[in-house]
Amino acid sequence: MANLTDEKLVEVKSINKWFGDLQALDDVSLDVQSGKVMVIIGPSGSGKSTLLRCINYLETPTNGQVWFNGERLTSDQRELNRHRAEIGMVFQSFNLYAHLTILENITLALKVVKKIKQKDAESIAIEQLKKVGIADKADKLPSQISGGQQQRAAIARALAMRPKLMLFDEPTSALDPEMIKEVLDVMMMLAKEGITMIIVTHEMGFARAAADEVIFMDNGRIVEKNTPDGLFNQPTSDRTKLFLSQILHK
Amino acid sequence: MAFEDSLSAAQKVSLQQSRRQRLRTRLATFPWWLVLILLLIVGTLLLITNSPTYNEAFVTIRSGMIVTLYITLISYAISLLIGLFTGLGRVSSSILSQNIATFYVELMRGIPMLVLIFFIALVMVPGVVNFLALLGAKLIELGLTTIGNPLAGLSNRSISMSVRAVIALSLTYGAYSAEIFRAGIQSVAKGQMEAARSQGMSHGQAMRNVVLPQAIRNVLPAIGNDFISMLKDSSLVSILAVRDITQIARLYAGHSFRYPEAYTTLSVMYLTMTLLLSMLVKLLERRLRNNG
Repeated sequence: MANLTDEKLVEVKSINKWFGDLQALDDVSLDVQSGKVMVIIGPSGSGKSTLLRCINYLETPTNGQVWFNGERLTSDQRELNRHRAEIGMVFQSFNLYAHLTILENITLALKVVKKIKQKDAESIAIEQLKKVGIADKADKLPSQISGGQQQRAAIARALAMRPKLMLFDEPTSALDPEMIKEVLDVMMMLAKEGITMIIVTHEMGFARAAADEVIFMDNGRIVEKNTPDGLFNQPTSDRTKLFLSQILHK
Repeated sequence: MAFEDSLSAAQKVSLQQSRRQRLRTRLATFPWWLVLILLLIVGTLLLITNSPTYNEAFVTIRSGMIVTLYITLISYAISLLIGLFTGLGRVSSSILSQNIATFYVELMRGIPMLVLIFFIALVMVPGVVNFLALLGAKLIELGLTTIGNPLAGLSNRSISMSVRAVIALSLTYGAYSAEIFRAGIQSVAKGQMEAARSQGMSHGQAMRNVVLPQAIRNVLPAIGNDFISMLKDSSLVSILAVRDITQIARLYAGHSFRYPEAYTTLSVMYLTMTLLLSMLVKLLERRLRNNG
């Protein structure tokens, strides 16, 4: 058996995604090894989020294959639920369960999906909240805490499931500027712990520091794929150069 | 006074003006309508306590209160259940459930309630009963007597008019509350369902644990108002000769010819109940808003 860290945790094999007449993804392939951090950048509407959402089948690819943990994802709901329990997802708009406290937000899926007992679920939740630094907010409702705290709670909720993979869909785009850092700090900590992550973001500083690999997407295609150093310092495609010059020299 | 003495004449005028302004907005926002309604209620109460004929009317009509309340409560409870499941059907991804739910809702909403009550009580229920009895007879022929006997024993007489009234009200109101639940479910942000699904919950688990609790919370005031409407519309069952307060008032007025006594008392009884209930709903609404 091959070394575990060399194994491909995620394999996307030439997927296409059409929304009606609009092609959101055009023959996209990528793979992510266990323990690696992949950052996807690109202009809005380039298909980054769609690609991310195809990886846990929140969007079903029109064709092509997605493999996770050595198994091919299909529309079989039971199988899909099993895989999704191992794929944490963090959304741009947090999507914390609005009627539940922060603690209950984390314990819900532990109880419902993983059948963990209330007491054990609570101790897992507290542990994760401590990790992201908001254990004191456990009894608050999402609407009672700041955006940055909500996003950290959402990360804790995903981590509590002990996922093999974490997906981040523009996790800081809906945040006030002064709250971006607290969320990026948590993500950086996770990257250092060796959690496999795929991150769609506009935070180039974070991408440079945290990523093992950076992908640049445009018009539903992967234009360029490289190490952060390579992509940011010696971009090969003109499209990448233009995008980087626009985003970095504002 | 000492403070006002120290002011200039112009300042005094402006102070007076602002006071007048405040008084005016106070008078404008004061619920005068409520005073009028309370006067109506109190006036009728005085009549009931002082006039023997009004008193007789009230005591007579009051005896139908239990029927009115139990028909309203039972029909309401059943209609909520029907409404919840039909509402779920309306937003379901299954084309079959979607169409069945929409068919039912449109059917009920397209026919006047009075006509529906006649139809359900006098056509649908007897039809279903006859069908079941026939089925029972066939089952007995096939030797399935344990199921067949009770079915074959069914006759139209065994289903009382008040039960038919409850069926009719539940079915009509089920369609109305289905629309409320549908709107409630659709008012919950899409991201809530997505987050739950992304954690590995099934559609049903996500619905039960995440979407429905929020949806129901959002529609509680509307559901409360539905109860008030149901209380009023329960008067329609009097046409089936169910002895609710309306029917008893009709009977009383019919043989005593005391129309003002009967219908004033009846109206004020409904008014009192609906007023109290709508205050309750407003209170509930305010509490939900504050906790939201």
